[in-house]
Amino acid sequence: MIKRRRKVIIIGGGLTGLSAAMKLCELGAEVVLVAYQSLKRSHSVCAQGGINAAMNSRGEGDSPDNHFYDTIKGGDFLAEQPLVRDMCYQAPAIIHLLDRMGVPFNRTAEGHLAFRRFGGTLYSRTAFAGATTGQQLVYSLDEQVRRYEHDGLVEKLEWHEYLGAVLDSEGICRGAVIYDLRTNHVFCLPGDAVILATGGPSQVYAGSTASTVNTGAAATMSYLQGAKYANGEFIQIHPTAIPGQDKLRLMSESARGEGGRIWVPKIPGDPRTPTSIPEDERYYFLEERYPHFGNLVPRDVASREIYDIVYQQKLGLGGEPMVYLDLTHKSKEFLDDRLGGIIDTYTKFTGQDPRTTPMKIFPAVHYSMGGLWTDYETDAQGMIDTLSPRNQMTSIVGLYAGGEVDCQYHGANRLGANSLLSCIYTGLMMAPGIIQYTKNLGKAPEDVPTSLFDQAQTFWSNRLTSIRKMNGSVNPYQLHKELGNLMMENVLIVRDNGKLAQAVEKIDEIEEKFQSVQCVDSSDWANPTASFINQLYCMIHLSRIITQGALMRDEFRGAHYKPEFDLKQPADFDPHEYIDYLERSSYEEVPAEAFPPGHLDYMKRFEANNEKWLKTSIAKFKDNKPEITYAPVNTSIMTPRPRKYD
Amino acid sequence: MKSKPVILKVKRQDTPDSKPYWQTFETPRKPMANIISCLQEIQRAPVTADGKRVNPVVWDCNCLEEVCGSCTMLINGRVRQACTALVEKIESPVTLEPLSKFPVVRDLQVDRSRMFDNLKKVKAWIEIDGTHDIGEGPMMPDAIRAKRYVLSECMTCGCCLEACPQFKAGNDFLGAATFSQVRLFNLHPTGQAQKENRLDALMGRGGIADCGNAQVCVEVCPKSIPLTESIADIGRQTSLKLLKDFLSK
Ligand SMILES: Cc1cc2nc3c(=O)[nH]c(=O)nc-3n(C[C@H](O)[C@H](O)[C@H](O)COP(=O)(O)OP(=O)(O)OC[C@H]3O[C@@H](n4cnc5c(N)ncnc54)[C@H](O)[C@@H]3O)c2cc1C
Ligand code: SF4
Ligand code: SF4
Repeated sequence: MIKRRRKVIIIGGGLTGLSAAMKLCELGAEVVLVAYQSLKRSHSVCAQGGINAAMNSRGEGDSPDNHFYDTIKGGDFLAEQPLVRDMCYQAPAIIHLLDRMGVPFNRTAEGHLAFRRFGGTLYSRTAFAGATTGQQLVYSLDEQVRRYEHDGLVEKLEWHEYLGAVLDSEGICRGAVIYDLRTNHVFCLPGDAVILATGGPSQVYAGSTASTVNTGAAATMSYLQGAKYANGEFIQIHPTAIPGQDKLRLMSESARGEGGRIWVPKIPGDPRTPTSIPEDERYYFLEERYPHFGNLVPRDVASREIYDIVYQQKLGLGGEPMVYLDLTHKSKEFLDDRLGGIIDTYTKFTGQDPRTTPMKIFPAVHYSMGGLWTDYETDAQGMIDTLSPRNQMTSIVGLYAGGEVDCQYHGANRLGANSLLSCIYTGLMMAPGIIQYTKNLGKAPEDVPTSLFDQAQTFWSNRLTSIRKMNGSVNPYQLHKELGNLMMENVLIVRDNGKLAQAVEKIDEIEEKFQSVQCVDSSDWANPTASFINQLYCMIHLSRIITQGALMRDEFRGAHYKPEFDLKQPADFDPHEYIDYLERSSYEEVPAEAFPPGHLDYMKRFEANNEKWLKTSIAKFKDNKPEITYAPVNTSIMTPRPRKYD
Repeated sequence: MKSKPVILKVKRQDTPDSKPYWQTFETPRKPMANIISCLQEIQRAPVTADGKRVNPVVWDCNCLEEVCGSCTMLINGRVRQACTALVEKIESPVTLEPLSKFPVVRDLQVDRSRMFDNLKKVKAWIEIDGTHDIGEGPMMPDAIRAKRYVLSECMTCGCCLEACPQFKAGNDFLGAATFSQVRLFNLHPTGQAQKENRLDALMGRGGIADCGNAQVCVEVCPKSIPLTESIADIGRQTSLKLLKDFLSK
């Protein structure tokens, strides 16, 4: 028998899609890569700061185990530990691979890779290419994929949109429905498996650092088709972005990694220019409140502190919700070399030079820790079974997901420079399992009855035709803004059940209004509005997953902060006490005197809270709403314990 | 007092072969506004200055921070990205036109696949043995890295080609961006294995010999890529190769 080449359809040409394509080609599969735009223009190019790998190149005693520990702790124990461990152990090899592919990583005097510091860790663990690391990584992966394209192994369908999966009567994914964004025709691509590498959903919010295509529509469509969506309520707010009408532009954490300091004037509304305010009249609040991690506390912590400074303490610059990010104490040469990319961005968009004037920044929606629920398999030793078809498979058989669209690697809060890693890791790691899956699959795509594809094609063409005919009074772009503002006001850094419940109702109202949308573009050539309306529909459902999940989760974990449920960690608490407590309480009733006053009570609260809430929330689409249930998290490697950064 | 609106004169085109036409729009002047946010205003209220309800203007964009290269267009006749075109820094009325050297898809949207095809022609990649864990990459002085990094920031936006007098819609001139990419890959220790092949691709039609050295490309590059330096360097590399090829005949 001639060996049949497996056909895998990859949606998305960011780091995840490109890595998966490269690996699958190497394993002999035939790959079709589908994306909204030229792959090289994918959102991943935005990433600035770097990518983590514990190589201990500065002799600080770093190791993959430390990387694992920081990631799990940073994510407040909600990440899947076996996967995170494997990712951290693979990270150095991933960096070497990227280096071999020609990524211009910064180097040391001797010519080795250089590493910088990032948030949530005390080690220099972040490899970087200036301040445009994401761009550089995308380019070198894109180049490898172009090489395969040149050799005829990859077909690219740029300017095409994925609309949904083709599911057979058993619910197995047999291909994808694709919309040509130029001709506006709908067609089906039969395949052995489909990978969603479609990135994050930050466009659900009005003020985010995301690219315009990050609507989360592909993931939401999978949810609407029956896939589970996990941990949707965990949305990362990045502490340092600059304002803008169309987008909030990120000032990478690397600015703090390279020594940037956050401060506000001690006098509220101080009218002086920042450089004329003397040192002792500045409040370096992160350094003072967190002497250990200082400006490099994890993002959830930094965002909450900024929120406190500007809203509770009313110390925001000129009364506005902004603080200074100061690099002026660093030399111009140093800044140009290490942070040139972001310095240019700030200068271009604000007209001010961060080399001489502190930057004004504030928090912005940045990343979704949650996403499509995906699976994995471990062997008898608890290690990842690298050939398992279950790795990265969604709850729809044959439909895979990786990168920002999945949910398992960052728990309740992602550490900086871990996303690029999880994107490339998942892209590479899922490939062997997918090949295995296609081998186990009885039918080849050609054996699937064509009627299945005809039906899907008809369904989607009809749907787009009816969207194009929508002739109400509501402008879809306006409605998107309304939804985005609603999410900004109610489901952001500090969450309150009253407001969340209201937001759920308001999302219903937005869905009502959606019925009266007008397709404001009448063209049947390269009409972006029809496809946007479909994405808006998805965003309405996605905002419901996020909001409902946030409403139901009555605790404070990572980026999900409900002051009402703050367990109030005593200031002098040491997380190791909790490990002692667990051990002692396994064989005796622990007396309160065994620990400093208040600590035992706190630890009991913590234990009870974990019992109830240390769970992955899982949304399933039912009766037009998310039905949310909770599933256990694999914490087999490191015992969950209270986080502390000061 | 209400500030004056931004006036945008947009060159529109419904399909690749239909005739272009102009429309004028007025959008509210907002702090930190850029051309993208003005175009977004038009999406939210697609009405011309004289009150006619029209289809919203179509354009490309993605990252909105000048790293993806999508939103390149002619703004007041100058080729640049719309995201970094801050309204307070440009003269109103603002004219917006699609790039003229690439086929128009619709309105301000053009097809730049020629640039990506060119990257294939010159084998703009490093030929690695495979993705397996076979150890570190080549050692490299940071100075070489720094040289490569600057070239590697090219976002295939097409500004340099739009400005170049040699690069025309119908011809096959490869253009400054492609030349510069060859330099990038030829600088890499592993990339050097394909150096001769890359230079071959630049020595045929549309290659480096067709460059008229007008040097306008370098002036419009938003990433300040040293294109003239690249062109000179590639010129040297091809001359050397010519000599070598001649001597070994
Ligand atoms: C400003 C910024 C800076 C960042 N800096 C860092 C950093 O320093 N370090 C770090 O680790 N992380 C960083 N991140 C996060 C990181 O960049 C992203 O999480 C990551 O790049 C996501 O990659 P991805 O492969 O999952 O998807 P993306 O790069 O978002 O790509 C998604 C792809 O899917 C395509 N697509 C989506 N939907 C469809 C559809 N329906 N049909 C067809 N195609 C579709 C898109 O066109 C695109 O090609 C940063 C993020 C931002 C916003
Ligand atoms: S030097 Fe002139 S001809 Fe050569 S690429 Fe630049 S603009 Fe074009
Ligand atoms: S060289 Fe400069 S102008 Fe030319 S495509 Fe690259 S970034 Fe754009």
